[in-house]
Amino acid sequence: MSAQKTLHTHSREPLLRMARRDSIDPGLAWAIRGAAFLLSLVTGAVIILLLGHNPLAVYQSMVVGAWGSPTVIRETVKLAVPLLITALGISLAFRMKFWNIGAEGQILVGAVAAGWFGLYTATIFPKIPLVALMMLSSMVFGGLYGLLPAVCKSKWGTNETLFTLMLNYIALAFIKYLMNGPWKAPGSSFPRIPMLVSGARLGKVFGVHWGWILALVLVVVVYVYTTRTKQGYEIAVVGESANTARYAGINVSRVMRRTMFLSGALCGLVGMLQFAGADYTITEGTAGGVGFTAITVAWLAKMNPFGMLVVSVFIAMLERGANTIQTNFKIPASASDLLIGIILFFMLGCEFFLTYKLIPRGKEEHHA
Amino acid sequence: MEHTTDCAVRMRHITKTFGKVVANRDVSLDLRAGEILALLGENGSGKTTLMNMLSGIYYPDHGEIFIKGEPVTIRSPREAIELGIGMIHQHFKLVDVFTAAENVILGLPGSPVLDRRRLEKEVADLAARYGFDIDPAKKVYDMSVSEKQTVEILKVLYRGAEILILDEPTAVLTPQETEKLFAALRNMKKDGKSIIIITHKLYEVLSISDRVEILRKGEYIGVVDTGTTDQDQLTEMMVGRPISLEIERPAVERGEKRLSVVNLTCESSEGVAALNNVSFDAYGGEILGIAGIAGSGQKELCEVIAGLSPALGGAVLYSGEKNGIPVQENLLGMSPDEIARKGVSMAFVPEDRLGMGLVAGMDMTDNVMLRSYKNGRGLFVDRAAPKALAEKMIGELEIATPGVDTPVGRLSGGNVQKVLLGREIASEPSVLIVAYPVRGLDINSSYRIYDLLNEQKKKGVAVIFIGEDLDVLMQLCDRIMVLCGGQVSGIVDARSTTKDELGLLMIHVEKFDDEEAAG
Repeated sequence: MSAQKTLHTHSREPLLRMARRDSIDPGLAWAIRGAAFLLSLVTGAVIILLLGHNPLAVYQSMVVGAWGSPTVIRETVKLAVPLLITALGISLAFRMKFWNIGAEGQILVGAVAAGWFGLYTATIFPKIPLVALMMLSSMVFGGLYGLLPAVCKSKWGTNETLFTLMLNYIALAFIKYLMNGPWKAPGSSFPRIPMLVSGARLGKVFGVHWGWILALVLVVVVYVYTTRTKQGYEIAVVGESANTARYAGINVSRVMRRTMFLSGALCGLVGMLQFAGADYTITEGTAGGVGFTAITVAWLAKMNPFGMLVVSVFIAMLERGANTIQTNFKIPASASDLLIGIILFFMLGCEFFLTYKLIPRGKEEHHA
Repeated sequence: MEHTTDCAVRMRHITKTFGKVVANRDVSLDLRAGEILALLGENGSGKTTLMNMLSGIYYPDHGEIFIKGEPVTIRSPREAIELGIGMIHQHFKLVDVFTAAENVILGLPGSPVLDRRRLEKEVADLAARYGFDIDPAKKVYDMSVSEKQTVEILKVLYRGAEILILDEPTAVLTPQETEKLFAALRNMKKDGKSIIIITHKLYEVLSISDRVEILRKGEYIGVVDTGTTDQDQLTEMMVGRPISLEIERPAVERGEKRLSVVNLTCESSEGVAALNNVSFDAYGGEILGIAGIAGSGQKELCEVIAGLSPALGGAVLYSGEKNGIPVQENLLGMSPDEIARKGVSMAFVPEDRLGMGLVAGMDMTDNVMLRSYKNGRGLFVDRAAPKALAEKMIGELEIATPGVDTPVGRLSGGNVQKVLLGREIASEPSVLIVAYPVRGLDINSSYRIYDLLNEQKKKGVAVIFIGEDLDVLMQLCDRIMVLCGGQVSGIVDARSTTKDELGLLMIHVEKFDDEEAAG
């Protein structure tokens, strides 16, 4: 008994304690983010050194590769546009805590829906109605592809995460089927879908297809929709608590279906832009992971549309930069992806320090 | 160190903060060996926090703890129990599919083979020693709330606790069950146990404790001997100024029948029968109280009337008017949206304020418009009117908030309730249903809520008040309906009923008179 007591008498307070912050000074928040970014660069530098290169030169080349000339800037913007619109789309679903991770599939379905008009009616319609039809059909079918998991969830309580993820693979398999079968380019020796005729391709503004203007408009539209409209208010209430929503007389399953249709429609639109503005054909890589990267964009921006604009440009810059160092320094693609991963890891990880503070042993909490 | 040895527990200059909130500031406490100490304070005064530091759940920022004169560091509940300290929390932590005896030994080291017979005998003996009435072989899911509490207490005693802490143990009990618990506590005291009982109910303090320690806003106010104090002194110490404990019951002539519930039957969300042939009427200008042990169907009754859950049968007939035109509807089977569109003016303050009545993450403006945002045409929401209403509510109801832009989840319990009740009252209802409106509120806020309900009654609103504190129900309401196991066990006049009568109805002895007559 006495031995036991001694033990307790000498045991001490834990080394570090966690405490939730009530609020955070914006200056401190940016300092923490800045520190996290610097730390990520330092960590990345270690890897670059291990690969036998000069970290400063590599980082410089990344920046130059993304912003160094009008040509590369256009490429960076071209990467940012699909990321941004997809992030805007899934953020609608995320706001109501509906975990739509099926943007990849919705993009592909949108691309196929636009592709049918683009590939088979280009000779019938003049350009403007054709583009309008492609847009409309990509949004309708992308929306329907997003609606499906919402209907199943409201009817049978299915898990939307698993459901939307699986729909990605179905969309991908469908593209493969089209490539090998009905839509196979005539005379091609390997499976591919034909190119969109040049007359039907999206026009360029400052050297990039006009999707970038649309993306900027959508930033404002989504912002207004989520903060100023009744429907946006309903999304927010459903996201906070389905019980409160029912109490308030909101039809939860209708809001879920409507919002997922819109979410899928925006993702479908991305498919059309990629098809008619960037790739001019449809491949298994048309979505190319945009649907997943957009999740990071939406979260880093905390669902704020203007934040998503900044983050999507930042990530596009990282991707462009990673491409450049692959060619300039013969750094393998896996290593440059690793660098992007490190930077994103630190940026997401610092959110912890924005939410919590650590108190070392012996230090008391100070208050204003 | 002066006379430390006759104290089972000494806590000295304890300070504990959570972020900016100081839960305890420089609080000291002495628990003498073999006494029952009541720890009295309003909600949010830091009683539970202080005790959680004694039972190893929190670690103090400052201060010292002595057990039987020895300085100790308690870093986990396990270390607390090794020191002989056991806490019975408000929320029970039992495994439903285990028996009482199995729950008692759960987590203790022992032989790989369980000797159930011996174990059950041990638990039965332990229970008998203190006068607890429990079947050790009964599964927890078959138990009443009071039996579950007994298992929690036995768990602590079985582990050899000499110092027991009970956090608001009577909140879930009927008056009769409370008496039984107190008898057992007195037996433990005779056996040499030292007991701390956390409570905010004055009559309980006076009936069970030897001494009372009072906390207010996280600070130590004082200790008094129970024998030399009374309710008024305790209230004054607790609130900080003298306060009348009288609840007003204005005489209002009973108005028209507003709501008529007929043979209402429904199942809970788990598919268990929750309401069985419930019938009652609510009149304008009257507060109808609904009493009953927790889980007797109160929640289901509210939610069926409000259109949030389906019913198996019966009717909910509403009769009122809108803009001078009479509105008569059977509300059963309608969604809250339909009920509102039919012109039924019924307001509902649900039990779960932040999980159903309000959106914790939204500011006051957005919460005020929760039930009215659909009014008005167009795609866009109008935030100007709700914002003006929110500002008016802050002034009229004395809501303490940095402003209309602060998320309501950041406000204290009393202010949250004022926002919710204020919004519902602003809709000018003819029926107002409030579920546990003063739960967790301090005395001042509680009395403000009673005043608001009385104002509604005077305006001719039919108020339905689901409550748990029988004293409050008896003082505030005009009639009290008692629910037991989903059935109406009686509707009595609040002016003439007694606590004993209500207690018996709560455990469904409605045939009391017949049996007495027969016997």
